Amino acid sequence: MKILVCISNVPDTTSKINFTGDNKSFDKNGVQFVINPWDEYALTRAIELKEAKGGTVTVLNVGEADAEPNIRKALAIGADDAIRVNADPKDAFFVAQQIAAIAKQNNYDMILMGKESIDYNGSQVHNMVGEMLGIPSIVPASKLDLIDDSTARLEREIEGGKEVVEVKLPFVASAQQPMSEPRIPNMRGIMTARTKPLQVVEPVAGETKADYVSFSKPEKKGGVKMIDAENAGELITLLRNEAKVL
Amino acid sequence: MSVLVFVEGFNGEIKKSSLEAATYGYQVAQQLGTSATAVAIGEVHEEALAKLGEQGISKVLYDADSRLNNFVADAYVKVIAKAAQQENAKVLVFSNSNIGAAVGAKLAVRLNGSLATNVTTLPKTDGGFIVTRSVFSGKAFAEVNLTSDVKIIAVKKNALEIANAGSGPATVEKFSADLTDADFAAAPKETIMQDTSGGVLLTEAEIVVSGGRGLKGPENWHLVEDLAKALGAATACSKPVADLDWRPHHEHVGQTGIAVSPNLYIAIGISGAIQHLAGVNSSKVIVVINKDPEAPFFKAADYGIVGDAFDVVPKLIEAARGLDK
Ligand SMILES: Cc1cc2nc3c(=O)[nH]c(=O)nc-3n(C[C@H](O)[C@H](O)[C@H](O)COP(=O)(O)OP(=O)(O)OC[C@H]3O[C@@H](n4cnc5c(N)ncnc54)[C@H](O)[C@@H]3O)c2cc1C
Ligand SMILES: Cc1cc2nc3c(=O)[nH]c(=O)nc-3n(C[C@H](O)[C@H](O)[C@H](O)COP(=O)(O)OP(=O)(O)OC[C@H]3O[C@@H](n4cnc5c(N)ncnc54)[C@H](O)[C@@H]3O)c2cc1C
Repeated sequence: MKILVCISNVPDTTSKINFTGDNKSFDKNGVQFVINPWDEYALTRAIELKEAKGGTVTVLNVGEADAEPNIRKALAIGADDAIRVNADPKDAFFVAQQIAAIAKQNNYDMILMGKESIDYNGSQVHNMVGEMLGIPSIVPASKLDLIDDSTARLEREIEGGKEVVEVKLPFVASAQQPMSEPRIPNMRGIMTARTKPLQVVEPVAGETKADYVSFSKPEKKGGVKMIDAENAGELITLLRNEAKVL
Repeated sequence: MSVLVFVEGFNGEIKKSSLEAATYGYQVAQQLGTSATAVAIGEVHEEALAKLGEQGISKVLYDADSRLNNFVADAYVKVIAKAAQQENAKVLVFSNSNIGAAVGAKLAVRLNGSLATNVTTLPKTDGGFIVTRSVFSGKAFAEVNLTSDVKIIAVKKNALEIANAGSGPATVEKFSADLTDADFAAAPKETIMQDTSGGVLLTEAEIVVSGGRGLKGPENWHLVEDLAKALGAATACSKPVADLDWRPHHEHVGQTGIAVSPNLYIAIGISGAIQHLAGVNSSKVIVVINKDPEAPFFKAADYGIVGDAFDVVPKLIEAARGLDK
């Protein structure tokens, strides 16, 4: 079983989000980057499948050298090797083209991603890659099991329920809870990660289709209006007459 | 050229988020001096489709193939791509649902278009096609210029009001694409629907009542459910509540759960961790009920009550039941 796991390198959720240069770019100053949380579900499920069935787990990031600490972290968690496509990943379509190009060279049995990258919240790279490769993409999947060497069974979340899907390998799937329980790298993992192969490749020609022009932040809330617990029912009146949401 | 809107049905009716997409589509069409057509797939009442005229849709292409009652990505993409081609659509509008975002991404590849998901504004069309999207889990907005000839937009839920354009009913035309077995390779074998209490889908709900670990255990969830029922709301929960199996995972909102943006979000016994806020911070009005006055959630709230949920919530239920509808 050859599994490719795509990870994006994102600001930790608790980061303060600021912009620089006339609000044209994201200010990385003092921001801690982490493996996209959804991608950790994909990574741990891939490692679990490898442990059960044998095979390899390759981690792929399209990004610049500053993503390498988190690529190493994925290796420490249990991936076998890694590829970094050396490019500034400013557009989902471009990222998908790079992932598809790597996939075409390597015949993976499955390509796992996260449901969404928590920085640009596109939720699109997975489906684009599936379409570019002409294979099914099951997005978002909360469960993934192998029925046999050529078929997988997934549960796909839909609004108001879930679907059970059986697909032939290869396919793309994106992970969400409760697909797996993310692991914390142990000391041994961290040591071995240092010597695992991390290949840096140059991007193939690609297109960007969405240009980020500028950023802004939502207006600050006006502050909270407190209601006395004794008169809690008053809240309902305020919600109707003042906030006008009831 | 024209604007094409994909509308989704639920229990035969058109989803609220799709009515928002139709409104968006009509308004873009007005900006561009053209008309808006809708495409619908699967089980939707024809009267509901004709009623899309109210949002300004002039024509609906309807593929009633019963194999498409459940979402089958490749087949849906084929139908919508064919409709886009027939109508010479240069702008395609979806709601930012699991289905809308998935089909939009595949169409971006197939039609070589630019895609923006999570869109909150109509485009600025002087010198480009610039829309605003919600990014960084609601902590910022980004303006993006869609540079391809074909623009694909998935509109964030509850970001714009459904407008009544006041025209007559839309004409409904039968429509189909030549689907093959290959289009059904990843079709669901089975669909398991949840009990959507009172028919309110969490992602579509205008009001959400949500409970956290402060409620102590699943046996106390009648407080959340009764308040939700009295307000016509959907129910949600924090991550630990789902992890503890007090509530099913599909109710978990936040960074690693579902993102919601209702008009009103009521949080009961939830501390307001940043990962929780990431999924609810686009709600228009936030109410927090917590016994700890220092709970971080109060900083993100519009209304707050410091008190014990077990005393406060029954009073709210009583007041809510007393509202005239
Ligand atoms: C203006 C701008 C600035 C950016 N700056 C940076 C930056 O400084 N550093 C940086 O690392 N990235 C940066 N990015 C890239 C960003 O993190 C995403 O990789 C890319 O924009 C796709 O985002 P999305 O929300 O559409 O992804 P989604 O479609 O939501 O992602 C879905 C899944 O696709 C996979 N995926 C997404 N992106 C990648 C990737 N790059 N490599 C491998 N797999 C991926 C993951 O599994 C992810 O869970 C920037 C993007 C933009 C638009
Ligand atoms: C990577 C990552 C992702 C995460 N993703 C999510 C996510 O998607 N969604 C999410 O919710 N969390 C998420 N979390 C967890 C998050 O950090 C918090 O731990 C979680 O939200 C806390 O849940 P809670 O507020 O229900 O419980 P607690 O933090 O235990 O808070 C309980 C609250 O109830 C109050 N309380 C207690 N008794 C009463 C009473 N009788 N009446 C009224 N109030 C009472 C307490 O004062 C307290 O504020 C994530 C964490 C990580 C690290």
